[in-house]
Amino acid sequence: MQNKLTFLDVLDPGPGTHRKQDPGSFEYTLPAEITSIYPLTASEKLYQIQIIDPDQRNRFSFRPGQFVMLELPGIGEAPFSISSSPVRRGDLELCIRAVGNLTNFLARIERGARVGISGPFGTSFPLKKMQGQDILLIGGGLGIVPLRSPLLSVLENRSRYGRVDIMYGAKSPAELLFTYQYEEWRRFDINLGITVDRTDKSWQGRTGLITELLQERIYQTTSLRNNTYAIVCGPPVMFHFVCKMLTEAGLPMQKMFVSLERRMHCGRGKCCRCNIGSTYTCLDGPVFDYWSVMNLKEAI
Amino acid sequence: MIFKVFKKQELARLHALLAVNIIVGPVSKGNDRNGKPLYDFDVVYDFSDLALDYTQTVHSPKRFVLPYQETLSTFAVSRDGWEKHVDLNVYRPLVFFGMHACDINALNKLDLVLAQSTYPNPYYMGKRKNLFIIGLDCNPEPQCFCRSMGTDSAIHGFDLFLTDLGGKYFAEILSATSFDLLSQITCQDPSAKDLARYKHVTSEKSKHYTASVDTSDLTKILDLEFESAAWDYWGKKCLSCGTCANVCPTCYCYGVAEQVDLDLQHAGKTRSLHSCNLIDFAKVAGGHNFRPQSASRLKYRYYHKHRGFVEAFEESLCVGCGRCGAACLADITPPEVIASVRGKE
Repeated sequence: MQNKLTFLDVLDPGPGTHRKQDPGSFEYTLPAEITSIYPLTASEKLYQIQIIDPDQRNRFSFRPGQFVMLELPGIGEAPFSISSSPVRRGDLELCIRAVGNLTNFLARIERGARVGISGPFGTSFPLKKMQGQDILLIGGGLGIVPLRSPLLSVLENRSRYGRVDIMYGAKSPAELLFTYQYEEWRRFDINLGITVDRTDKSWQGRTGLITELLQERIYQTTSLRNNTYAIVCGPPVMFHFVCKMLTEAGLPMQKMFVSLERRMHCGRGKCCRCNIGSTYTCLDGPVFDYWSVMNLKEAI
Repeated sequence: MIFKVFKKQELARLHALLAVNIIVGPVSKGNDRNGKPLYDFDVVYDFSDLALDYTQTVHSPKRFVLPYQETLSTFAVSRDGWEKHVDLNVYRPLVFFGMHACDINALNKLDLVLAQSTYPNPYYMGKRKNLFIIGLDCNPEPQCFCRSMGTDSAIHGFDLFLTDLGGKYFAEILSATSFDLLSQITCQDPSAKDLARYKHVTSEKSKHYTASVDTSDLTKILDLEFESAAWDYWGKKCLSCGTCANVCPTCYCYGVAEQVDLDLQHAGKTRSLHSCNLIDFAKVAGGHNFRPQSASRLKYRYYHKHRGFVEAFEESLCVGCGRCGAACLADITPPEVIASVRGKE
């Protein structure tokens, strides 16, 4: 038996193991509970998800723009943008549209259900760098979901930022998200512009494309070159037109940020499902500056 | 590195010494429809079952570190909630007897992304770190372009590497365990004659490469030719079957699915190897597919191997074993695809 090889346990922690380098954390999920569910529209709901262990909850810290993987045993695991403020730590809010296996199951679930949370993963919006500057938040459809976390963060520290503009477009008034919060947001001295593609009888606001809203904003200043940061989030076609307009208005590429969506099975740069050319959306994204997006093939 | 030589009959003793462990090696699996012998890696119980003169196995050794299907975790579900149990599915070391240099290099490349990056994958690492690898020199097959990829010889990632010198084996020793093993069989330090013979064998091997790929500036060429008509040509031929990823020693992309047991009290999470050529690879919930055409998926596969991986790890993910081309039902081979993208038909 002299030549029997010794078995190596890779989970045996070595000295000074960093969490991201610790193989033991790979399949580890934090037990969490759905504490409440608000229906926002016919297909989207806002889930309050609380990490059960108070210690883990307080240690859970994320930056606006990052995402978590939510797991339901036997149903599936998928990535979701965090739409709550980072000061709430492990008391998360996720806005989820019922569209696939897991999300349709979540739509039928009741509060009190146990889920698994892992993360936070990915890159974030550089809110520190944005301090003292004007901010443009441009969202289309579900794109408002990843925008809400940086927005709440800006509102909490409102005095540190210059002019704040939110431009939000949806297909119809019935599909607008977070309508109950618009008045609250407006109280923080921000310009909230909302537009819909198709109107209905109850709708008093604007109709038209989000690019028209943006055009009006651009006319109000001479150039966006020196004092503006923009965050853009929405369907690929919107990225194309909005980013082009912002570039023409003088906004430098490295001051324009987008959040991209891809299929993900791990969130940890291993399954390759979210690759864009040479880049992992889960590790190098989901937040990219416009330069990185331009530099990547087939990104938008 | 320490070098030794030993007589050929000593190899059976080496096998016997290691037989207290599970040994995996190349075995003969009959012939294909053209009468060409087929080989695969399998558990070997007897030294005579080892086909050490094998040409190339149809499948790569990756399934011993990345099983095609693997349970990542199981759940015990009750009324109050659920509990997750993680099992890495590795319980004992494995001896790999007779792995060619390309496959050793393939494991080294997989290490870069699966073990040495952020969020190291413990399922892979557990199996990989418990491999004892005896490498074996080979003769190039017509499809081999490993020399172009710089993977025709292995410089690390094995314990012992053997080169056939005729009546003797020339051994490169890379671990204390393998040094200890060799001390239990009859072996000598290589003589001047052995060294001359070794140099002769390696230079003879160089003459037998027929396939090659021009990798100079390939990352830039792939970017420049992103819209090339060559991709559409190969995309039309491609059946999107995923066979190339199946046999590839470095294709590691996967998908995860969860299942509920019939008793509704247990559930499982299974990882299955996936291929970027399959139609649903980049399809998201809601139905949008980021790569709907077979040409865009085929292009992505080459882009990941020869462009993306190079950018991340300074080396290509392809080892030039040529298995994908040999197995492809539409006869798409990397040397041809890359030549046509370069504009050299």
